Amino acid sequence: MATHAIAIEDTKSGNVTEAVYEHPFVIRLCHWVNAVSLFIMAGSGLQIFRAFPSFGAKIPQKDLLNWPKSLAIGGWLGGALQWHLTFMWIYIATGLVYLGYQVFSGNYKQVLFVPRDISGVWPMIRHYFFFGPKPPVREAYNPLQKHAYTSVIVLAVLSVATGFAVWKPIQFSWLAWMMGGFHYARLWHFVIMWAMLAFVFGHLVMVVLHGWNNFVSMLTGWKKDPEYIAK
Amino acid sequence: MTTRIEKNKFKSTSRRELLKLTPVIALGAFAIPSLQQPLLKAGLGFSDWASKVLFRYGHSATTFLDRELTPFSKFPINDYDVDDPGVDFDRWTLTVAGAVQKPGDYTLTQIQALPRFRQNTRHVCVEGWDVIGRFGGARLSDFLRIIGADLTARYVYVECADDYYESLDMATALHPQTLLCYEMYDQPLTREHGAPLRLSIPTKIGYKQAKYLTDLNVTNVLQRVGYWEDQGYSSFYGL
Repeated sequence: MATHAIAIEDTKSGNVTEAVYEHPFVIRLCHWVNAVSLFIMAGSGLQIFRAFPSFGAKIPQKDLLNWPKSLAIGGWLGGALQWHLTFMWIYIATGLVYLGYQVFSGNYKQVLFVPRDISGVWPMIRHYFFFGPKPPVREAYNPLQKHAYTSVIVLAVLSVATGFAVWKPIQFSWLAWMMGGFHYARLWHFVIMWAMLAFVFGHLVMVVLHGWNNFVSMLTGWKKDPEYIAK
Repeated sequence: MTTRIEKNKFKSTSRRELLKLTPVIALGAFAIPSLQQPLLKAGLGFSDWASKVLFRYGHSATTFLDRELTPFSKFPINDYDVDDPGVDFDRWTLTVAGAVQKPGDYTLTQIQALPRFRQNTRHVCVEGWDVIGRFGGARLSDFLRIIGADLTARYVYVECADDYYESLDMATALHPQTLLCYEMYDQPLTREHGAPLRLSIPTKIGYKQAKYLTDLNVTNVLQRVGYWEDQGYSSFYGL
């Protein structure tokens, strides 16, 4: 990636800063549209869940959790379904544009977790959670990041697949069957949402920890002085 | 080999890259009260259109074994109003009108004279729960043929004793699993489950399966879509 580095010259002071164009426009666009859709999908999904907050029988009904209405979107079941059935298309379209762009531009190499990344996962975990030494940074994404970003794409695909199994358990009966039937498809859809929200939480923590310069790179595409450029 | 760029030039490049993201702001239209409802209506309309495209006449809903049935006592009774609207069975008829050759009042005996089909199918409620029930009755398609319905009409519209009303697209109405149901679990329909006649449509969501039918209309134009649909639920909601 370092091949795309440029040097920014401050003609007054003579200082030189390096910068790398890390996030192409399509990726940034998809990122922000998806941030909005994911928020709406989770919020409206939780309102839909409120209509039957259980995965057991209807009679007798045992509620799993009473999710507060104030933390849900749509106001009532019908309203939430309108949001969910509208934004699911935006969510899917964004996902298709993202995947298509990553594959055809080759940009996926930056973020796709591949077998040679496996050995680097544990040192990163040790560094983040157990005060281990910081492994050398050689690429835009470290092995743990690649693992997280690749996993969340898999989760996103599964969120759509389980969603279709819940929405159309007959027309997509094979999908519902793969998930153990309509009943389980609904459960997986719910579990996957929480897994994605857990990712979002971790992602936001890391964004805060890595500061402004890192955050701006998802807005302008450019990251100044990335660690992986040898000085 | 590194490209050199002047600081101010880099700033304007960055700004340009940032401005490229302005289309994301378009999503903010969903936050504007006057635009929100039309946008969501359009989104739901698109979903309904997609549902229509995805519906396959030749594809059957999964059927289940008797041992997979939800016990009758645990089959939920869902109404919008009362469990029993007090239908007088002796005087009950299904009043047929609209694009049909033989309009008029049809008795339960006439409907029961049609071939009877029994099927164990899943009933899915829009709320998220599901049960597997055993339903018996005449195919709606058979009934539509004896009343001489125009099968090219777009909808079958029904009204109920409790003022509930519903509509079905013709493709679903003609689906072999769509029943004019007068039996559940091999017994005559109970009042709470919609006696004497209800719809059983395994390819549709629960609220489409109207109970206590009184009127049936074959039509190209709907004045009203359905009790819940007119409050904002999906009009097609095929499973």
